[in-house]
Amino acid sequence: MQIPFERIVQDHGLAVLRVCRALLDEHRAQDAWSETFLAALKAYPDLPDDANVQAWLVTIAHRKAIDELRKNPSEVLAEVLPETEVGQAGRPEARIMDGELWQAVKALPQKQRFVLAYRYLGGLSYAQISQILSGSEAAARRAGSDGIKNLRTHWKHAQMLEELS
Amino acid sequence: MSERTAAVPATRDEERILAELNKKFVHDARSQQLIEISYRIVDSPIGALLLASTEAGLVRVAFETEGHERILEVLAHKVGPRILKDDRSLDDAARQLDQYFSGSLQEFSLPLDLRLSTEFRRQVQLELGRIAYGRTQSYAQVAEHIGKPKAVRAVGSACATNPLPIVLPCHRVLRTDGSLGGYLGGLDVKTQLLKLENPEFDGGEATLF
Repeated sequence: MQIPFERIVQDHGLAVLRVCRALLDEHRAQDAWSETFLAALKAYPDLPDDANVQAWLVTIAHRKAIDELRKNPSEVLAEVLPETEVGQAGRPEARIMDGELWQAVKALPQKQRFVLAYRYLGGLSYAQISQILSGSEAAARRAGSDGIKNLRTHWKHAQMLEELS
Repeated sequence: MSERTAAVPATRDEERILAELNKKFVHDARSQQLIEISYRIVDSPIGALLLASTEAGLVRVAFETEGHERILEVLAHKVGPRILKDDRSLDDAARQLDQYFSGSLQEFSLPLDLRLSTEFRRQVQLELGRIAYGRTQSYAQVAEHIGKPKAVRAVGSACATNPLPIVLPCHRVLRTDGSLGGYLGGLDVKTQLLKLENPEFDGGEATLF
């Protein structure tokens, strides 16, 4: 039995937003979020009951992001996010989620960026990621660990990452 | 890292963006006619009420005690899962309920969708709309009015499964002896509604004798 779609938006809206923001500039990330949920709403009645909803949504978001990146690949990498001022002082995770993480993740090679976004923001397994990226699980795992290594080298909050991992 | 990161709650920035995105999403979904049921929750003197409507009309009014989440699940199953909360929908229903509770409206005028009821129950439920404000009838009288005088128990079931309480006033149906019978929202609520409509209503005290 399918649950009301409203609950899907409530439960997964944040994860999908974080994934989109890790892949695209702010404006297009928001467009991708909207397109993802509209496409999902359309297709929802046909989704099998036992499907992993978050993996399904991230897969749709991935396609939307790829479309955007094909249309305009340069903007994303060139973009530098402004340092977002702190919404919730004393909550380093909040500051990271508000901008710093995106900045660091966006500097990574595309495949590593995809894998890290889907693994750590989308909550997907490497098996699920390999399906989305049409590659092997081992390759996804390798891109993930390279991505983490890269972040550790270049990101100023490497220590924070150590704490999170 | 995955669990920790996934557990990081939305920042204020993210909350703000999500609220805006959600508003736009509901608007787009509505204009693309992708919503099977929209709903909102309104406050009332008898607690929060869930109002849900299809394209055809109001399909469900649910008391808080029924469990709004559970009711939405039932609607997903029986009507369709494309259900979205839309605070800009159902304005007429919300306004008329407000007026009803303030005593300034006696008869609802809303498009209704009784697809959740079987044909017989639909017949009974529509009949309820003919019982005047402030008046009551017995289950037996309602059975007579629909031309099925023996179907008293079935009328009781139709009242008990009324998907549109208050709007279709099943609270105006009592037992022949004047006692309250049952009510989905609880007997306190039934009494409260009857007293709102008629301050002299005795509260179904006939049960005591």
